[in-house]
Amino acid sequence: MTSPAQHPAIQRDLEDGSRSPLQVPNAAPALAPLPPKLSLRGISRNFRNSNQHDLLALERIDLQVRPGEFVCVVGPSGCGKSTLLHLIAGLAQPSAGTVLLDGRPVDGPDTGRILIFQDLGLFPWLTVIQNVEFGLRMAGVPKPERRFRSRNYLRLVHLGEFEDSYIHQLSGGMRQRVALARALATEPDVLLMDEPFAALDAQTRDLLHDELERIWRETGRTIIFVTHNVREAARLGDRVLLLTFRPGRVKREFTIDLPRPRHLEDVEVARTARDILDELRDEINKSREAEYRHDKTSR
Amino acid sequence: MTKRAARQVLFYAVLLGLWILIARLKIWPPYILPTPKGVWEALAAGFADHSFWIAIEVSMRRIAIGYGISVLLGVVLGLAIAGSKFLEDTLGGLLVSLQSLPSICWLPLAVLWFGLTEKAILFVVIMGSVLSVTIAMETGRQQMPRIYAMAGRNLGARGLKLFLYVLLPASLPYLVSGLKQGWAFAWRSLISGEMIFVSLGLGQLLMLGRDLNDMSQVVAVMLLIIAIGYLVDGLLFRTLERRLQEKWGLSPAA
Ligand SMILES: Nc1ncnc2c1ncn2[C@@H]1O[C@H](COP(=O)(O)OP(=O)(O)OP(=O)(O)O)[C@@H](O)[C@H]1O
Ligand SMILES: [Mg+2]
Repeated sequence: MTSPAQHPAIQRDLEDGSRSPLQVPNAAPALAPLPPKLSLRGISRNFRNSNQHDLLALERIDLQVRPGEFVCVVGPSGCGKSTLLHLIAGLAQPSAGTVLLDGRPVDGPDTGRILIFQDLGLFPWLTVIQNVEFGLRMAGVPKPERRFRSRNYLRLVHLGEFEDSYIHQLSGGMRQRVALARALATEPDVLLMDEPFAALDAQTRDLLHDELERIWRETGRTIIFVTHNVREAARLGDRVLLLTFRPGRVKREFTIDLPRPRHLEDVEVARTARDILDELRDEINKSREAEYRHDKTSR
Repeated sequence: MTKRAARQVLFYAVLLGLWILIARLKIWPPYILPTPKGVWEALAAGFADHSFWIAIEVSMRRIAIGYGISVLLGVVLGLAIAGSKFLEDTLGGLLVSLQSLPSICWLPLAVLWFGLTEKAILFVVIMGSVLSVTIAMETGRQQMPRIYAMAGRNLGARGLKLFLYVLLPASLPYLVSGLKQGWAFAWRSLISGEMIFVSLGLGQLLMLGRDLNDMSQVVAVMLLIIAIGYLVDGLLFRTLERRLQEKWGLSPAA
């Protein structure tokens, strides 16, 4: 398909002077440390359950994310990964603590931070291309331009010929790619991705890993990427955060300074993934035990 | 499909045949049972002297205005009620209880308030249909998955834009049955209202037929009212439902 250099939407970003200091994050270690793009200070979040028990989903999360950093988050199911992304997106408020973006507290959603929902949230009343251009339309971008830009992103996720389809006519993996294109089209500074490649076949996922890595390097976006696949985390992240199960805390951080571009099959990636998995397994076991205890008490 | 069409043709042919037969037997005088030929001639004459056209135009204009206001009002009210626990507990309950009141009961009140005017009849039409739309919009807003509003806000939709481009289309599958029911109620309220006070329109034409003992005209106008109701339902709501099915991939049963 189109090569990176021919890609108009990407080229615009390259030409866009405002992004220039962030463009090649990995190549600028000599500069003075940049202030964090995103910082979470003592974030907690609890939910009131149906049986009136408070459920502490996240507890005192502290996190600093550099501009242009690629952070992956792993943890057992139900540990609060999606909740964390919702808080950063400004779609929910923490019970305690603050989220700071560029030093300013976040108090609502903003098109500079786009979340790809775990459930996607594509609009069934719109066609594929209308979904992709929705953010641009809300921003008042004229139709010819937003069509042009959206088409590029659709092609990027290999869905060019499906632009006039409706969402229900697509497979699960195709829908995930539409959601990816929709998020990329608004060209946000911070991209929050909630298991975006979970329903893809291996080949498509490999391709999209490459594309995502390339877009990230060329545009200097900050990415927070939730996944349950530790291999994927080791393949993509500069850093991998491991969350504990109930309450969700940061158990360990893995810094991954393997050279890029990486591949899922790289021996080093596999080894790092094994290290992460060893720690993750404990947490998954804990979550299983919690289920088991619950089963016994409710019987 | 063809089988269904064949059945329908046969059914109506038999019905018409029976009617002709009974009319031929001359058991009842034509002012009790009109002949098909008489009804046909009444229809032709009504259209020829423009009185039917005028009545149709007057009635259609009224329903367009009345129903249009109902839809706007119902959508706004429904959203407001869905968005506020207080309104839901108070106004929401009132609206449900008002639904059991036939809309024509509002006519005496409307006449006292507005006199024998266009406004009175619009009032009756609105009261007849606004509740259906309101209640449908309210349930639509409440049952629509939360993720649509979140995704919309995330992509920069706020206020009116969020409403127009996300909340409204997302609630359309829930709203459409209310719109349809609202239309049916509005149409009935309009005709009943027009029958009760002199005001041009199809309803009045019906009463005129009675006053003249002209059963053929009465039946002709009745047929007209049925035809218009059927046409609007077919053109407007079937199209809307079909488009919803295409886009959302809903099965026709849903
Ligand atoms: N709106 C809500 N109301 C009540 N409880 C909630 C709500 N959202 C999340 N929770 C609870 O918070 C916890 C964390 O949920 P979250 O969706 O963040 O988990 P997750 O890590 O994304 O899991 P998964 O990997 O399965 O997607 C869960 O125990 C869940 O039951
Ligand atoms: Mg999740």
